[in-house]
Amino acid sequence: MSQSFRLENIGLINRDKKLSFKFNGVTYYGYEGDTLASALIANGVHLVGRSFKYHRPRGFFGAGVDEPYAIVQLYRNGETEPNIKATEQELFEGLEATSVNCWPSVNFDIGAINNFIKIFLPAGFYYKTFMWPKSFWYKVYEPFIRKAAGLGIASTKHDKERYEHKYEYCDLLIAGSGPSGLASAYAAAKNGARVILAEDKPRHGGTLLTSEVNIGNQSGKEWADGIISELKEMPNVIVKNRSQVFGYYDHNMLVMSERISDHLPKTKKFHPKQRLWYIRAKEVLISSGSIERPIVFGNNDTPGVMLSSAAKEYLKVYGVLVGKSPLIFTNNDSGYETAIEFKKNGVDPIILDTRKEPQSEIVDEAKNLGINIKFSHVVVAAQGYKKVKSADIAKISDDKEQLGKVENIKCDCICVSGFWTPTIHLASQSGNKTKFNEDIDAFVPGISKQNETTLGAANGSYVLNETLKSSFEAGQELSKKITNNDNKISFPNVVEKKSTTHDKFWCVPLPEGKNYKRFLDFQNDVSVSDVEIALKEGYRSIEHVKRYTTLGMATDQGKTSNLNGLQLVSNIENKVVPNVGHTTFRPPYTPVSIGAIVGREVGKHSKPTRKSPMHSWHEKNNAVFVDAGVWLRPRYYKQGNENLFEGSKREAKNVRTNVGVCDVTTLGKIDIKGPDAAQLLNRVYTNAWLKLPVGKARYGVMLREDGIVMDDGTTTRISENHYHMTTTTAQAANVLSHLEYYLQLVWPELNVNVVSTTEQWAGAAIAGPKSRDLLQKLFPNSDVSNEGLPFMGFIEGDLFGVKARIFRISFSGELAYEVNVESDNGNFMWEKIMEVGYEFDIQPYGTEALSTLRIEMGHVAGSELDGRTIPYDNSLEGLLSKKKDFIGKRSLSREAFTAEDRQKVVGVVPLDKKTSIPEGSHLVKDSNAQLPNPKLGYISASCWSVEHDNPFSLAILKDGKNMIGKKLFVMAPLKNKVIPVEIVSSHYVDPKGERVRS
Amino acid sequence: MRSQNEFSYGGDATVKRPELDKEISDQDWDNFVYNRKSLRGKHWELWQHLSGCRQWIKVERDTATHEIFNTLKANEEIS
Repeated sequence: MSQSFRLENIGLINRDKKLSFKFNGVTYYGYEGDTLASALIANGVHLVGRSFKYHRPRGFFGAGVDEPYAIVQLYRNGETEPNIKATEQELFEGLEATSVNCWPSVNFDIGAINNFIKIFLPAGFYYKTFMWPKSFWYKVYEPFIRKAAGLGIASTKHDKERYEHKYEYCDLLIAGSGPSGLASAYAAAKNGARVILAEDKPRHGGTLLTSEVNIGNQSGKEWADGIISELKEMPNVIVKNRSQVFGYYDHNMLVMSERISDHLPKTKKFHPKQRLWYIRAKEVLISSGSIERPIVFGNNDTPGVMLSSAAKEYLKVYGVLVGKSPLIFTNNDSGYETAIEFKKNGVDPIILDTRKEPQSEIVDEAKNLGINIKFSHVVVAAQGYKKVKSADIAKISDDKEQLGKVENIKCDCICVSGFWTPTIHLASQSGNKTKFNEDIDAFVPGISKQNETTLGAANGSYVLNETLKSSFEAGQELSKKITNNDNKISFPNVVEKKSTTHDKFWCVPLPEGKNYKRFLDFQNDVSVSDVEIALKEGYRSIEHVKRYTTLGMATDQGKTSNLNGLQLVSNIENKVVPNVGHTTFRPPYTPVSIGAIVGREVGKHSKPTRKSPMHSWHEKNNAVFVDAGVWLRPRYYKQGNENLFEGSKREAKNVRTNVGVCDVTTLGKIDIKGPDAAQLLNRVYTNAWLKLPVGKARYGVMLREDGIVMDDGTTTRISENHYHMTTTTAQAANVLSHLEYYLQLVWPELNVNVVSTTEQWAGAAIAGPKSRDLLQKLFPNSDVSNEGLPFMGFIEGDLFGVKARIFRISFSGELAYEVNVESDNGNFMWEKIMEVGYEFDIQPYGTEALSTLRIEMGHVAGSELDGRTIPYDNSLEGLLSKKKDFIGKRSLSREAFTAEDRQKVVGVVPLDKKTSIPEGSHLVKDSNAQLPNPKLGYISASCWSVEHDNPFSLAILKDGKNMIGKKLFVMAPLKNKVIPVEIVSSHYVDPKGERVRS
Repeated sequence: MRSQNEFSYGGDATVKRPELDKEISDQDWDNFVYNRKSLRGKHWELWQHLSGCRQWIKVERDTATHEIFNTLKANEEIS
């Protein structure tokens, strides 16, 4: 196909570089400097998608970020990306894109049937229709909606692109490089201020690229180019294009996304795809310009209906005609500028002006050029399905209520101008109280809360001379405050055509007997009648109307629809727009890719990885690792083709019969020193601590103030005023903060110092009946007999020249010890244990065997101490001191905590002694009871008991103390399992605890 | 100035823990453990410089605007 809508002698594209691209499988050609949209229009393609709700044909409406229609699925370098605006995506060689929202194809779309059964989809349609019957939602409605709706498909592949984050500081951040952005940046830069000038588009200059003005005897574009090249040379200025400042946060922090490689076929080596900038600016100048407003009329969503400013931009920047017999529908002078450009390029437009007798230089110029102008005329409706073919037009009465006789005229596009809406998003995000400006029928920034100033069109100023003047001044004044320099800049002479006031007209009434759809929100298909229904149904707040109708909720966030929506609500409600107010502007201003937000923090970089000093030994010995918080821990040591179940069973069994060793370095360790250390422990633990002798360890449980168990662990008295506390791996950081909280804020009188020593000590748990024999060989000079080192005893020893701490504590229920050495000696210790342990058939064991051992002996851990249970629930009530107060004690007398049938930990064994019980399953009395079946408890942890060779689980069960011996059912609907079980004691192995003391 | 990421929020700074071993009514204990005003506006809060010096501090902050008016060390009383 040829580029039959491309003009020869106009545009800023590079005609020397022809690019081929594919849209919906068809190959087209464009030029370097095109957007996908401009290249498609050059090829006469106007049908690019289907609308969200009615699946009506969609074309192009704008030429930039405001685009509500032309959203495509992009294919680039083997990857795909949804939600790309064709008006923003720059063309590159080999670009491929497809339409979204249409199924099976853009030309024949099954969803378009919605369009003909209009009554089917009024406002609040989803809320009303899909409520019943409930079961239909998952099976019928949702799959259908999912298939028919949506704005593309997210890739399921790992994103190989790199995204970076950058932090920057500046005196002035200037968002937008149109006339006001350029002027203020120039003035501030000349004063020596550190300036960042950010432009969303590839080209700087904003409206100067398309308007017929003269600044200092240059065209607007030449002037802009000159300023930009001068700014780029200055060391105190950063000039960025393809960079959207999308969020304004507290303390003048702004976030900008820079699209570095999106316009290239492939990201260059060592380059990121996008970069997210976090910018702290002393002052922010918002020069984000304005977006043209549509006028609402019948079928105003037909492809070929577009903003008049967009038509002008396609023409002047890309050399592309959006149509060859254009109709310009305007309520202000801007439409004339577009018409004049058409005329100058050999196309005859017709202007329909809603105004009666406008008088201005621009109107005169159009008249002089012989353009056909119809005053007091409106477009009643566009005709044509996949493209505008003609327009129904009519004269309109002076009060804008009555339409004259409707006639049909031929045209192939309708360029609409309903005046301008300042882009106040950033100002509003900063906390600025916006105000309504009657002159332009739109909101403008009001009183600033942070250091921000809005300039030019974004502030409602549409006269270039005034804009440049105020922007030069603002740039100068604000930079002077910061740098104390005062360089005066000579103000250039500006020549522009004077325009006159616009007509406050925004919606064409329906002609008698016609029921055209008149759209407010083009992406979400919200029409005038939808808003009318919402108001009829009692929605008053604009925020509610928005959510009920989805007006302004699409990916374009109502950039072209919000104000007309407000106008409609105010008209119906007989209010003025400022009293209706606008909905909240929230970041981001434009969609930001998740990749850019995440940056480099993906995969391994998403969190730190902590490894024990013995990690390389584990690796060498076929450890299969598991994430335990930020730690990597061996889950089991694979032998041959063993799976997790087999391996962990072997390891656990070896602990019960011989001896095993487990890396317990990850346990939290806190060093506690000071004369009041015992007092602190006595207050944070539930049991008594004042009389613990030196050289002894004690198990303790600490609570939160609300009585819930926070953590457990052993603490050892190393010397008179020195304790070594251990915490669970998961709670280590919280426990330290907890202690610091009480020491610093609640009991500052306690003379105690706490510090984390988790990483200073490497730990090995040696467990099993042969552990003492092994220990004796490891420490030949120490007395490790039952008398010399009794249960819960502590000694220091010499491990082949390395100082070690030996604790006789057990997590497995076996005779067991824990040896700690300084981290640097961890690997040495481990290798010695393995070497010396060889004759005792030692095997290392991982977290899976560790869990098995603790579950079958009924030792509660993280899955029972889950932030929902009190000591009683965990059968730890024996550790509650009656004689002293402690953190959380008062809460334990709460009614629910003392209830007779309070939940308690129990053991669970399947009746068939075979079926394993999924963790998280529920326990019920009757497996066939009517739903919802009352839940009596839940399975907290499951294992294969190596002692009994059958499955065993722990559960937190209501009235647990009276349930031993009862038969219940385990329900695991996700696994489709119903398992009859018997409730037993949680201490399934060695209930009297004889082994640990042996 | 330190990044907010280094700090962790610790609740209402005006709440005083009842003294140990003191008789206290259910209502007073409830107020200490659970009942908080969800204020809009100035609010004294506890923050810990978690990834830093580990000190707990008292911060007077506007909950709506995040403006910070005042900070105190752990041992300084809110006046």
